[in-house]
Amino acid sequence: MANTRAFASRLAVVACGIAAALSAPALAGETPKHGGILTYVIPADAPPSFDAQREETYATIHAAAPFYSTLIRANPMDPASPVMVCDLCTEMPKPTDGGRTYTFTIRQGVKFADGSTLTADDVAASWNKIIFPPRGVISPRQSNFLMVDSVKATSPTTVVFHLKFATDAFIPALADPYAWIYSKAKLDKDIHWYEKNIDGTGPFRFVRYDIGQSITGVRNPDYFRKGLPYLDGFKGIFAPKQATRVDAIRSDRAAIEFRGFPPSVRDELKEDLGDKIAVQESDWNCGGLVTPNHKRKPFDDPRVRRALSLAINRWGDAPALSKIAIVHTVGGLTFPDSPLAPSKAQLEQIAGYWPDINKSRAEARRLLKEAGAENLSFTLLNRNVDQPYKYYGIWLVDQWAKIGVHATQRVLPTGPWFSAMRAEDFDVTVEGNCQNVVNPLADVGKYLPHTISSGNYGNFEDQHEIDLYNQMLRELDKTKQKALLLAFNKYVLDTQAHGIFLLWWRRIVPYRSYVKGWKIGPSHYVNQDLGTVWLDK
Amino acid sequence: MYRYLVNRILLVFPTLFGAAALVFALMRLIPGDVCLVRLGSGGTSFSEQALQACHAELGIDRPWLVQFGQFLWGMLHFDFGISMWSGKPVVDEIASRFPISLEVALIATAIAVVLAIPLGTISALKQNTWIDLLVRTVSIAGIATPSFWIGIMAILIVLDLTQWIGGHPWMPPIDYVSLWKDPIRNLSIVALPALTVGYRYSAVSMRMTRSAMLEVLREDYIRTARAKGLLEKIIINRHALKNALLPVITVVGLEFAFLIGGLVVTEQVFNLNGIGRLMVLSVQNQDYTLTQALVMVVVTIAILANLVVDLLYAWLDPRIRLK
Amino acid sequence: MTLAAPTPTGNAVVASGYAARRALGSVLSFFRRQPVGSIGVVLMLIVAFAGIFANVLAPYNPTANDFAAMTQPPSWAHWLGTDQLGRDLLSRILFGARTALVVGVTSAVVGGASGLVLGVGSAYFGGRIDLVLQRLLDIVMSFPLIIMALAVVSIFGTGVHNVIFAITIPLIPRCARVVRSSALAIREVPYIDAARALGYSHRRIILRHMVPNVVAPFLIMLTSFVGQAILAEAALSYLGLGVQEPVPAWGLMLQGGAEEYATTAPWIAIFPGLAIMLTVFGINLFGDALRDVLDPKLRDR
Repeated sequence: MANTRAFASRLAVVACGIAAALSAPALAGETPKHGGILTYVIPADAPPSFDAQREETYATIHAAAPFYSTLIRANPMDPASPVMVCDLCTEMPKPTDGGRTYTFTIRQGVKFADGSTLTADDVAASWNKIIFPPRGVISPRQSNFLMVDSVKATSPTTVVFHLKFATDAFIPALADPYAWIYSKAKLDKDIHWYEKNIDGTGPFRFVRYDIGQSITGVRNPDYFRKGLPYLDGFKGIFAPKQATRVDAIRSDRAAIEFRGFPPSVRDELKEDLGDKIAVQESDWNCGGLVTPNHKRKPFDDPRVRRALSLAINRWGDAPALSKIAIVHTVGGLTFPDSPLAPSKAQLEQIAGYWPDINKSRAEARRLLKEAGAENLSFTLLNRNVDQPYKYYGIWLVDQWAKIGVHATQRVLPTGPWFSAMRAEDFDVTVEGNCQNVVNPLADVGKYLPHTISSGNYGNFEDQHEIDLYNQMLRELDKTKQKALLLAFNKYVLDTQAHGIFLLWWRRIVPYRSYVKGWKIGPSHYVNQDLGTVWLDK
Repeated sequence: MYRYLVNRILLVFPTLFGAAALVFALMRLIPGDVCLVRLGSGGTSFSEQALQACHAELGIDRPWLVQFGQFLWGMLHFDFGISMWSGKPVVDEIASRFPISLEVALIATAIAVVLAIPLGTISALKQNTWIDLLVRTVSIAGIATPSFWIGIMAILIVLDLTQWIGGHPWMPPIDYVSLWKDPIRNLSIVALPALTVGYRYSAVSMRMTRSAMLEVLREDYIRTARAKGLLEKIIINRHALKNALLPVITVVGLEFAFLIGGLVVTEQVFNLNGIGRLMVLSVQNQDYTLTQALVMVVVTIAILANLVVDLLYAWLDPRIRLK
Repeated sequence: MTLAAPTPTGNAVVASGYAARRALGSVLSFFRRQPVGSIGVVLMLIVAFAGIFANVLAPYNPTANDFAAMTQPPSWAHWLGTDQLGRDLLSRILFGARTALVVGVTSAVVGGASGLVLGVGSAYFGGRIDLVLQRLLDIVMSFPLIIMALAVVSIFGTGVHNVIFAITIPLIPRCARVVRSSALAIREVPYIDAARALGYSHRRIILRHMVPNVVAPFLIMLTSFVGQAILAEAALSYLGLGVQEPVPAWGLMLQGGAEEYATTAPWIAIFPGLAIMLTVFGINLFGDALRDVLDPKLRDR
């Protein structure tokens, strides 16, 4: 075994190394070098297609984002920042018309891989396909753009977005990393063209795809950012098994995986390879969540739902769980690093977040007794995915046992799991809420009743909650936004306990330290065009 | 013999039909569908319109009978259709994965045969000596250990060993290249999985060789040969082994057929992009067309292998041939 | 279908049928003659003992998480160490023996019994029944196991019962085949014809004359089925389709965490792996010895 060797001295360095890697993003002070091929592993099976406007999986992003550009995006040098920057536009616009009109100026001289020149028409056509898909066209994220009234190209270099109402949720939504800009000519010829072909304006050009195995790209000499990309090319290898990816990085068959590993992997790689491994970590805009089926007794009773939340020792167990699973930070419905998130003191007022777990569990037992649901036993529906679903499951079963509640897991593969939730065939389910660019106002849309949010499986109606949400979405004053968000958190998590939020995920990316110029962000969907990545070899 | 042959071949068709019906029904009994998996696996919510558009596009809402008829009709002229998951022709999906599974299966078979026949023979000849015990223990251990475990351990040992010797951990590449393109790279990819599978496979064949050999050695004609004073070597090679090989061929043949679709776990462990992994994937994705085609391919191979083994048996064994 | 080629086991098995009852009688002589097989028996007894008395023997609750004692190496407090959730591995392995016994024995017995009924029935009645049954068994046999298991688990979910179900189905045709070919050989024997001529009922002929004669190959197969079922459970667990957490099961213990901690906390992976290996090893040793005892052709003179 590897750990039998004398790594004692290095072990001491590990902790410092991790800390150093975290504080120094390795971007400043070094001159990027040109050249080299980046080999990385994609933690999934190959996606059904490389059409991001249609797909939902990050496998599409990790494989093909380097071939495309978007209108605006998260800042590649600082993806955690709430300030979005231009990709294909020249300058972030100031909204006019009371915040309802955004006018973007499009870069000139941008070339598609087939040689044609990008114009505002291409941008407008792509966005119209995403927001207003014609019959028979699949656009899974169209509901993120309910505030958009129209998208028009008013000149070859101008695209205008008209909104139905002014909202701060618009710009983060527009930075959607799936919103690749396609060629209008190609879409006009065949709106499904991009499901089978690749043609974009990104830093790399498509070379080949070995079905189910790997994708290869080469430097785009005509890329509109002069001097970029630094790499000569890249190869992404699909490797769904975690052990394969860890071994691949350890043996330098691959330099990096962009999604995130559990902490044990970071420690193992650090221990084996010392400073040949760098680590970046970030809170992740994904969280675990337990949804009780309000149509099943006794989960129609808010007291029972609140009791289930009160039983969970979030503050106490998060440090231990974060050593073994990709979960880490205690938080409410709002991404904890967002300026709009409730403070710790505010959270501690909400059921399930009380600082004293014994008091909390005593209250849980009391509530169950009051609701006549003592010795409750039920089935916990879970998804057949290791990290973090199964860890959540094991943890929850144990936590609930401590208030005398007996839960048995029913674990299903993705398809049947969805199907069971949609068919309302479950007592309580473990699920997740994973968003890309942090959009505090829009991201909580998931917790709205099914009539508004198709992704909510709680089976309840709640007009008060919808009103609260609509008010929040239209509020432009930051302080008032924050207060409304807190009220929303308290209402959903405590008063009604429609959802029981668990822990926010933690993104840990250990990689070969010769990879430079890539900065971790709060989402594995964001900042994947590899334009600024270079190799220090 | 002729009637036997015709009979045997004709009986292939009902089996194929049954398998087709079984996979068709099984796939549709699984709750959910390919659209849900495709739209929902990212963990974010998706719009209902997208789901409806997807259903319409793939035609999964048509009656089962219509779909089954189409499936059978397609099979009759070798048209497997389009994968519901990727939209690529099913034939391309399978063809791009077939070589790697075939290669691993072939090499594993070679390893199994080369190890099993001599070891099994020696073990039988030296029954209940320490050689016999050793060979049996090693082979039973091969059968008793979960194969994925051997695989995981094999990779770890290679990594640790190379790090210990040269300071740089090494493992085989994780993206397959064909034998013609880069033989060395290809073989370094295939070696470990083939050894892992070959170990278990040779253990099974070894036991079969041993027991068949033991059986034959008790036969009267061997005793007669011995009594005649024939050289032991000739007795073993000319008489005993030849007869003992019959059941061994059966086992090797049937295992080989099984391997084509049975490498599921091994392919996961070694990140091989083969038929077994594709099969798991296609069921999990609820890709009806691809799963149906894969099952038909695997079943056909299994039936053909059975057929060939039976015919070989009939041809080699005069008791059956003359019946 | 009398034209079917005899399977290799079939040949050995036909002859063994006659000797079955005689050989089975003497357990003591088994131990004397089969020292290796006795090791197998001892291993099996240990597992059975562990499984039956797990609740007495286990020092800890096998499902209780203890975040104060995560991934601890073997020590006096935890003889075999703890896993990533702080659960005591020894306790989980002891309770895992129970799961293994339940999965292994149930699958083997149910699969074997169904196979026995189908095999004997098919052989005895022959003709059209035999033809149809054989085709059905052919289908199940050539059908990829993994698809069957995936489908069962996807439809019903991953509980112990469903895993047993998924593992049992493929065992049935394998058993039926072997039983059928030994039973076929018996059917041709004159005394069965005589019994028929005397007007004995089907039930009586089958139970009194045919079944006893296929007992030997049946028992040998049943033993190997137990081992195969335990391995199949492990493989299914590896693919995430086996028994579900937090149930203590060996295959499940090898999945997920074990692979992840293979270098940093190898005990998590090594002990359940050893448990599977030794158990199946013991079963196979016993099975081999049983075969040598029951089959006069293989008996050492």
